Amino acid sequence: MQEKLMDLKEAVGSFVKDGDSIVLGAALENAIPFAATHELIRQGFTGLNMIAPISDMSTDMLIGAGCCNEITGAWVGNVSAGLGHNYRRATEKGIPHRVKVNDYSNFTLGMALFGGAYGLPYIAVKSLLGSDIPKSNPLLKLADNPFSEGKDPVVLVPALKPDVAFLSMQRADRFGNAHYWGSYGLTQESSIAAEKIIVLADEIVAPEVIASDPSRVVIPGFGVNAVCHIPAACHPSPLIGCWTRDNEFFHEYHKLTRDAEGFQAWIKEWVLDIPDHAAYRAKLGERLETFRIHGQALSAPANYAVE
Amino acid sequence: MSTDYSTQELMIIASAREIKDNERIFVGMRLPITAYGVARLTHAPNAVGLFESGVARYEPADGMLYTMCDAPNQLGAAWTCGLIQIMGMLSGGRVHAGFIGGAEIDKFGNINTSYIGGIENPTVKLPGSGGAADIAAMSQRLITIMNHEKHRLVEKVEFITSPGFLDGGDARKRAGLPGAGPSAVITDRAILRPHGPTNELHLSTIHPGHTQTEILENTGWDLKIAPDLGETPEPTATEMDALHQIDKDGYWR
Repeated sequence: MQEKLMDLKEAVGSFVKDGDSIVLGAALENAIPFAATHELIRQGFTGLNMIAPISDMSTDMLIGAGCCNEITGAWVGNVSAGLGHNYRRATEKGIPHRVKVNDYSNFTLGMALFGGAYGLPYIAVKSLLGSDIPKSNPLLKLADNPFSEGKDPVVLVPALKPDVAFLSMQRADRFGNAHYWGSYGLTQESSIAAEKIIVLADEIVAPEVIASDPSRVVIPGFGVNAVCHIPAACHPSPLIGCWTRDNEFFHEYHKLTRDAEGFQAWIKEWVLDIPDHAAYRAKLGERLETFRIHGQALSAPANYAVE
Repeated sequence: MSTDYSTQELMIIASAREIKDNERIFVGMRLPITAYGVARLTHAPNAVGLFESGVARYEPADGMLYTMCDAPNQLGAAWTCGLIQIMGMLSGGRVHAGFIGGAEIDKFGNINTSYIGGIENPTVKLPGSGGAADIAAMSQRLITIMNHEKHRLVEKVEFITSPGFLDGGDARKRAGLPGAGPSAVITDRAILRPHGPTNELHLSTIHPGHTQTEILENTGWDLKIAPDLGETPEPTATEMDALHQIDKDGYWR
């Protein structure tokens, strides 16, 4: 097996290029790899198409920083505080520049990634019939089900194959085999659909730990390009068994980024002036510790014995 | 009969009454999730709550939830999985009802959570559908929670994110939508329900303390009155006890 442990800075620099389509936030409101968001901003990427069903504060930061030209998602804003100010400035006023919004619903974005994962050119769904979303997103086409006798409208959702997926996992080994538990949104489809996968692991464990429970593997190492050891990479979003949500952080961001100058100050303080995630954790200091999960609610072991 | 309740508590209990036993329900956050808890403790002990991130639960979570993905919603869940498993169940016709909210709703129950002022140059770009458009299209029936204000209850939404009865009548069926559409719109003043062959939302029950005149004044279309117009029943002592068991800190009081 190939060792894939890499520094996040190096992984982002090696596997991302301007104009890429990037899944970041596949699990919805948990396990959002914000550490990767920071690194994309620090390295000054441009023209990115950010893909996430719930495009939370992470997408809003990338819009404000001018990294992103397109958003592919079902919901864009700040899950704790409501609307995303950078998203609104970009779509309503073109600040810092216009972004193209590819509107989906959660299910249809899921179907697009499912199609991308399994080589299905498009998927026919009943969702979004009667909705104006296909009018705002010309990628979605109305058609008639050819298998029906009478009129039977369907919406065709074309496959989506992202260039890169950043995925937060509780633990991984140095070969990129990763365990994840809890609800995972579109993590599985994103990991199979994407050309390149970068895993952000809260903990690096011995390969035997991962191999002891292959049913908990959401991403096998053979598909992974890099595994980066970043504790609390998902801060301020939660990671089951590791970190709870720093809800106040979402509110503070919302308050402080109400105008473009406020955002510039915020991004300077929390991203641009900070060299890496270790420095970010150090800046959070005691605050971060209050979100660390100390309790135990362990699952029963599963027996894989052969005889 | 208890008269000691807040408007939000009445809305929660009215929402709980929309959930039947053994049903699978998209419960959403905040008000509907509390309603789901009340329904389970009263008349619907076998209801199942679904969350699009990939969670199914029997008992509602014990502990504060900021989002459906927070730890308390995962501990002791019936199932944690992916979005496609849960929403696929919806697409497969196996979800009975869902709760959604919105910025704007019109007289046919269509909801806008996407654009104000047009797609090209919107004056306000709202967050979008999330799972709401899917739930509106494919759950067997739809319950909407709205603040009853004239600018929110409008004649016609300018963008349909989540389809109700579209242009009314059988338009929804003709469009090929599988779910039956809106069954109730629960506001802070009243409950509206579709009525008659047009499926237009009619005033069905008025919350105690509110008047028909006030409701008509605060609705952005010429709201028609259901023939069996009544008053929203006040919460019973049993319902309030159930609510207090869930809302231990009195958040909704």
